Amino acid sequence: MLRFIVRRLLQLIPILLGLSVLLFAWLRALPGGPAQAALGERATPEAIARYNELFGLDQPLYVQYLRFLGRAVQLDFGNSSRTGRPVIEEFLERMPGTIELTVFAMVFAIGLGIPLGYLAARRHGSWLDSASVIGSLLGVAIPVFFLAYLLRLLFAVELGWLPGSGRQEVRIDATRITNFYVLDGLLTREWDAAWDAFLHLVLPGIALGTIPLAIIVRITRASVLDVVNEDYVRTANAKGLATSTVRRRHILRNALLPVSTTIGLQTGLLLSGAVLTETVFAFGGVGSAIFDSIFARDFAVLQGFILMLAVVYVLVNLLVDISYGLLDPRVRVR
Amino acid sequence: MTIESLPAGEAGTVGASVLDVEELTVTFTRRGEQPTRAVDGVSFSVGPGETVGLVGESGCGKSVTSLAVMGLLPSRGVQVGGSVRLDGRELLGAGDRALRRLRGADMAMVFQDPLSSLNPTVPIGTQVTEVLLEHRDMSRKEAGDEATRLLDRVGIPDPSRRLKEYPHQLSGGMRQRALIAMALACAPRLLIADEPTTALDVTIQAQILELLRELVVDSGTALVMITHDLGVVAGLCDRVHVMYSGRIIESADRHELFAQPRHPYTGGLLASVPRLDAARGAPLHPIRGSARDAIPWAEGCAFAPRCDNAQDDCLTEVAGSTVPLEYDGPGRELRCRHPLQHPRSPAGATASGAAR
Repeated sequence: MLRFIVRRLLQLIPILLGLSVLLFAWLRALPGGPAQAALGERATPEAIARYNELFGLDQPLYVQYLRFLGRAVQLDFGNSSRTGRPVIEEFLERMPGTIELTVFAMVFAIGLGIPLGYLAARRHGSWLDSASVIGSLLGVAIPVFFLAYLLRLLFAVELGWLPGSGRQEVRIDATRITNFYVLDGLLTREWDAAWDAFLHLVLPGIALGTIPLAIIVRITRASVLDVVNEDYVRTANAKGLATSTVRRRHILRNALLPVSTTIGLQTGLLLSGAVLTETVFAFGGVGSAIFDSIFARDFAVLQGFILMLAVVYVLVNLLVDISYGLLDPRVRVR
Repeated sequence: MTIESLPAGEAGTVGASVLDVEELTVTFTRRGEQPTRAVDGVSFSVGPGETVGLVGESGCGKSVTSLAVMGLLPSRGVQVGGSVRLDGRELLGAGDRALRRLRGADMAMVFQDPLSSLNPTVPIGTQVTEVLLEHRDMSRKEAGDEATRLLDRVGIPDPSRRLKEYPHQLSGGMRQRALIAMALACAPRLLIADEPTTALDVTIQAQILELLRELVVDSGTALVMITHDLGVVAGLCDRVHVMYSGRIIESADRHELFAQPRHPYTGGLLASVPRLDAARGAPLHPIRGSARDAIPWAEGCAFAPRCDNAQDDCLTEVAGSTVPLEYDGPGRELRCRHPLQHPRSPAGATASGAAR
């Protein structure tokens, strides 16, 4: 087990090296540069040259890359050209927001998706079944940014039921410990702050959770339909077990195996930045930071954030593989 | 302790049978399709300690019969008619809860494919103890001890270790033994074994059959053995019912059936078994055609299209019925107008067959 984990972590090294080269090349290929973005279109060539010198952008590319690599190993990704703050500091401030949002979205998707998919399968062929199939197709088909706009327009702007931007009201002067705003509120017993931060998660969380919800409904439904016809479910019934035991231990337990894979993959995707949704809700997680940094040609932030998100993604997938082994004894890693 | 909820039947009046199946019919209906009658008026009974074989090719209705007895057929698209009585209590029409109380406790079943019949994600131990906890007043500790005893009894070595393992960690024979242990957990009155050895090696097959035989003898359980393997029948069964296309076509004691098969189909089945003492290169004798060639019983004998003895009257009605199942000597019944003749057979049997 330990060897498996170590091997997977070692695999991270070539992945990150390759990704960093690609990123570096790609960012330099963008039209315009950080100097132009920072100093404006009418900046004099001298000003641009001075700016480039200041940030080491006048060096040959490979020197820039090696210098970047040397510092990145020590988790120093330089300073944001937009805010002047260290990239790692910004990341640690924003990542908790994205994690909170992901957790909300996935709890929403799982909590609604598994029961819905299960019910649809139990009532195979009923109106509920058809509705869930059509609904989940819609859920996958609707573009996230469109849904995000729609939710914001309806529930934040028109009805005013829920906050439509940011992670917390500015007037709440909350104490920060972990930068998980909800958690901070609970830890410091600032219930108002926690509740307010939670409310800020609702709309973007629902927008973000819709695709995972739709996928989970479909996979749960298909999987339960498969499992109810398995021989071991017949055996369980032949043993005269209570219906609830048959459902819980023999149907759901097996039907949820493929669902758990999906959940892992979707969580990884959401964690690596919901650029569109976070931008619509001005959420202030890593997604909106990446969006802003692309416009500002903020190379340091883009490089740092994307590399660290890659690490997060690989780690989440590793966790999924480990937990899959716990759920299914047949694929348990030795 | 398990059947108070069912209306008290006339236990005892039907002799000492554990299971009485009378005129069982199972019809599958699908929207937009002709209903299919998979089981068509099957009757048989099994006494305590007795082993009865239901024999036939795939699709002859033997498995459906067993599922109907257990009440395990899906409720949608299936109509079950006739009567199934366990210790005199009618099971057909009984509620789901009442049936669940009986299944696993008073009647149990062993299935064909031991790997797919065991839940892959639940340890063997849990799969054994859950029956005990469901039907018997036991603590988890007691159930665990009892499970160890059960595994030991069905011949699984090192039972306490095996209880913690998962099905994929056991060998095929071990899995079938575990399934048998689960079926026997509550000492059922009736055990149905649906081709319990087809997925196993020949050597393991013999062990499993021997195990089943011992258990039946020890506990007086009534055993219904569903099989297409005449070797299994020869080794285990007291009485045999040969099924074809949803009906019983011949019933006899094991010895008589093997010595003097009367129905051409039974004769064909016996002749098609390869023999070790046959001359090298001697041809096998398959029954020609396949089970799909059967015609509906309403039009005559379903086996007629494949039968060497078939004549015109096999396909016509006589006295309002096509080919009835009739008395064919003591302890024998036959559904055939032109049965096989045996020169040394008892006069009575031959006469009744020839009279048709």
